[in-house]
Amino acid sequence: MDVIIENLPLYWEGFLRTLFLSAVSGVIALLLGTVLAAARVSPVAALRGFSMTYVEILRNTPLTIAFFFAAIVLPRLGVKFEQFEVAAIIALSAYTAAFIAEAVRSGVNSVPVGQAEAARSIGMKFGQVLSLIILPQALRTVIPPLINILIALVKNSSVAGAFFVLELFGYGRQLANSNGDQVLAVLLGVAFFYLLITVPLGILASTVERKVAIAR
Amino acid sequence: MFARFSLMTTQVPGEALVSLKAVNKHYGQLHVLKDINLNVRKGEVVVVIGPSGSGKSTLCRAINRLETIDDGKIAIDGKELPEEGKELAKLRADVGMVFQSFNLFAHKTILENVTLGPIKVKGVPKAQADKDAMALLERVGVGHQAPKLPAQLSGGQQQRVAIARALAMKPKVMLFDEPTSALDPEMINEVLDVMIQLAKEGMTMIVVTHEMGFARKAADRVVFMADGQIVEDATPEEFFTNPQSNRAKDFLSKLLTH
Repeated sequence: MDVIIENLPLYWEGFLRTLFLSAVSGVIALLLGTVLAAARVSPVAALRGFSMTYVEILRNTPLTIAFFFAAIVLPRLGVKFEQFEVAAIIALSAYTAAFIAEAVRSGVNSVPVGQAEAARSIGMKFGQVLSLIILPQALRTVIPPLINILIALVKNSSVAGAFFVLELFGYGRQLANSNGDQVLAVLLGVAFFYLLITVPLGILASTVERKVAIAR
Repeated sequence: MFARFSLMTTQVPGEALVSLKAVNKHYGQLHVLKDINLNVRKGEVVVVIGPSGSGKSTLCRAINRLETIDDGKIAIDGKELPEEGKELAKLRADVGMVFQSFNLFAHKTILENVTLGPIKVKGVPKAQADKDAMALLERVGVGHQAPKLPAQLSGGQQQRVAIARALAMKPKVMLFDEPTSALDPEMINEVLDVMIQLAKEGMTMIVVTHEMGFARKAADRVVFMADGQIVEDATPEEFFTNPQSNRAKDFLSKLLTH
């Protein structure tokens, strides 16, 4: 266990990088996912088609493919970035957005159709119906599954470690290499710091679930 | 303001506020609306009755295009219903709709349910919208419920709020799609009273209902539908005392024997 104590600053640094990666990717994914879900239920067929194609492709291919694409294919297409971290954020948010879009879409479908009809019948436009009536009600039912997706995102961010981004898992790998005799302790330390993010998220999920339930 | 005023004055008196011409609709094989022709003048109260599945709800919902039609023309105040989009939204703001299942916005308070339309659709300042909404809620007898959520109210109260929500848009015509069918018997009258009051004040109304008492009391015309067709179109007096078709006679006899 000494190896954990001795390398606490390194763990801490990795923890912060993971937190940063997850938070930035999470926010982007939430926004992108909500837009994709809105497109999926919009009256415009082209938008629905685009959203469906996007979600099906990203959701049904491994995250590593998204990483390879962001880290290797994008630069060849002329999208250059200074650090691999940017590629990691692109890959993580693009991948996670697909899952968020699906969760939000199912939430939208859980709102009774009469709510939208009533909103339309007082003259609201599609965007208003969605943003004022449907999404606020959908998000309440969607928060627990959304938090599950964010927990998965935190863990998925470890893939970035394989793409030369120094985050919790990346540092863990370094430590394991340099302390070959204490690999178990090193990995336990890594796991502990992941739990430090994911367990509170889980607690948050159940608290929020109890708080935002709306009576019908 | 000016444009609106001139629009109102150019309307020929007695011209149909709502007009349906040769309207047809199918659900797959089922022909739910068969060549419907109907004109409703300003201030008229038209009650649509008929057996279940006769197409009366579909007719009501087609008038503000919650249901699309296959062919024919529906016009409101001389303007044909446009395709889904901005124009349709504008037109719908002039057509109040009251649903069987109330459909109050579940996450908004009673007051917000009523003010949302005026504020977001018409751009009425919040203070003014609140004041108008409170007056409407008082009028339908639920003023003291303003800060509550819809689920805390009884069905009859919710439906009266739904009527206030529709009225807040100052509609030219009100559509009622079986407004009392989901209510417990003791709550039906409190909703009907509000509707009768509205009819007396000169509101143009199209009411799909099973409440024959309301039809007798408040209707100018009764439209009887069966199998997707308008079978009779008469005054309540004529319809209830001397129905012409066998279909209507049969329907009425079933009602009256209970």
